[in-house]
Amino acid sequence: MNIDKKLYTLKYSPDTESHLKPDMEQCKLCISRCCTYICPAEVYEWNEETQELIVNYENCLECGACRIACERKCLEWQYPKGTKGVTFKQG
Amino acid sequence: MLKRENKTDVIVVGAGPGGISCAITLARAGKEVVLIERGLFAGSKNVFGGAIYTQPTKEIFPNFEQEAPLERKNIEHNYMILGKSDSTTISYRKNDNASYSVIRGKFDRWAAEEARKAGVILVEETVVRELIKENNKVIGVKTELEEYYSDIVVLADGVNSLLAKQIGLRKEIETRDVALSVKEVLKFDKETINQRFNLKDNEGAIGEIFGGPMLGSLGLGFMYTNTDSVTIGLGITLNDLVEKNYRPFEILEQLKQHPKIAPLIEGGVLKEYSAHLIPEGGYKKVPTLCDNGVMVVGDAAMLVNNLHWEGTNLAMISGKIAAEVAIEALHSGDYSKKMLSNYEKRLKNSFVLKDMKTYRNLMDIAHQRQMAFLSYYLQKINAFFEMFTSVNGVPKRENYWKFIKSIFTDRKISELFKDIWALLRLIWSILV
Repeated sequence: MNIDKKLYTLKYSPDTESHLKPDMEQCKLCISRCCTYICPAEVYEWNEETQELIVNYENCLECGACRIACERKCLEWQYPKGTKGVTFKQG
Repeated sequence: MLKRENKTDVIVVGAGPGGISCAITLARAGKEVVLIERGLFAGSKNVFGGAIYTQPTKEIFPNFEQEAPLERKNIEHNYMILGKSDSTTISYRKNDNASYSVIRGKFDRWAAEEARKAGVILVEETVVRELIKENNKVIGVKTELEEYYSDIVVLADGVNSLLAKQIGLRKEIETRDVALSVKEVLKFDKETINQRFNLKDNEGAIGEIFGGPMLGSLGLGFMYTNTDSVTIGLGITLNDLVEKNYRPFEILEQLKQHPKIAPLIEGGVLKEYSAHLIPEGGYKKVPTLCDNGVMVVGDAAMLVNNLHWEGTNLAMISGKIAAEVAIEALHSGDYSKKMLSNYEKRLKNSFVLKDMKTYRNLMDIAHQRQMAFLSYYLQKINAFFEMFTSVNGVPKRENYWKFIKSIFTDRKISELFKDIWALLRLIWSILV
């Protein structure tokens, strides 16, 4: 089962602005780009063409793993606003 | 001069088991408490295995067995040791009411409602962005919309505790000090669950899973039965995920396909997928627990006993003890670090920090010897039973000697001595 099907089971109230703000200049220098594989919701994708990190913040499960794992410590990570983000019903 | 219109006795940040236990204990003592939760409702951002434990939960909610939304009463633990395709299971069954499986979206919500009935002012859908300090004392919190003031702030804001970090009670968390957990809740009808897990009525079973796709990683899997669903999940230390290029949900998919697990969850319909961090740093990574006007409880304080799968109980009891110290501080009008350090003293004299201390060396040794204890020996246990159960015309004595010899020849002999030394060191530190 792919990740999109898993994420369909969740209730989200996405904000219009991302709560995850990586410093793109630092991302260009990053070697592991571990956020692109450790994230349990595949929020991060590396775009080779534009040399940019795509942040699908709407899918975020708010676990905080990317913040801790970020190799260059260049991720400004906040909780989404009080009315926004994911809602778990079966946690 | 700051406005102090919104001043209460205590503000508790985070309505999980720690925060709710703290708030309700304060309210029952007649104190004015504001409990601030960032989710739509208490429990909506919370994830665990999981089970809650009867004895500690009763300390906060004496009648919870009659009143709380519980799923099943756990009567069996299954320690599943998975090889690549084989498995050995040790099963312990006793009907002793020790724990119940719960769904946090229901249980935490119920518990927060109980707190509200006891007089707690529950503020949901509100994120505390930072703590307000004045003269080196925490005097309140700043949310997105307004500021709230109090004599004491209790941080129950979970594993990431950005607030404890903000005021310097702990350093940045390292990847080796947390596990990333992913889990799925799969829907079944009640009868199917009872048949597959050998249960009747509302009895439940727990699976504690070692090895399989996690062989060689510092990670464990878990399985819980709910009323009409089964939870399957795993947690792997974040540094392992980073170093091994693992996608956590792919490892979970592999676990679900293991021959031991697959028949148990076959045909289940995914109700919900979720993820959460688990504090795994142990005693050595417990942050500073208090400062002037502030205390830290539960996951925010790294209070998880991972070997025994305990966390919610440590959160509840640490929250309760923090409340008791807060009540005394409010009576004396003294909110200094010296006064609030009674919280740390009492935690140290309780099972909470005693247990954390007992396992102080566990994670260091687990990190050092993970290939041995979380790969080699797990496979060796299965290899033993493979040998013991085989009927192939080879005389048994030959089989035994071949197996014994392999223990000395599979790896460098020095590895064996390192394992024995690590194990002795660990046992010594646990017992003495």
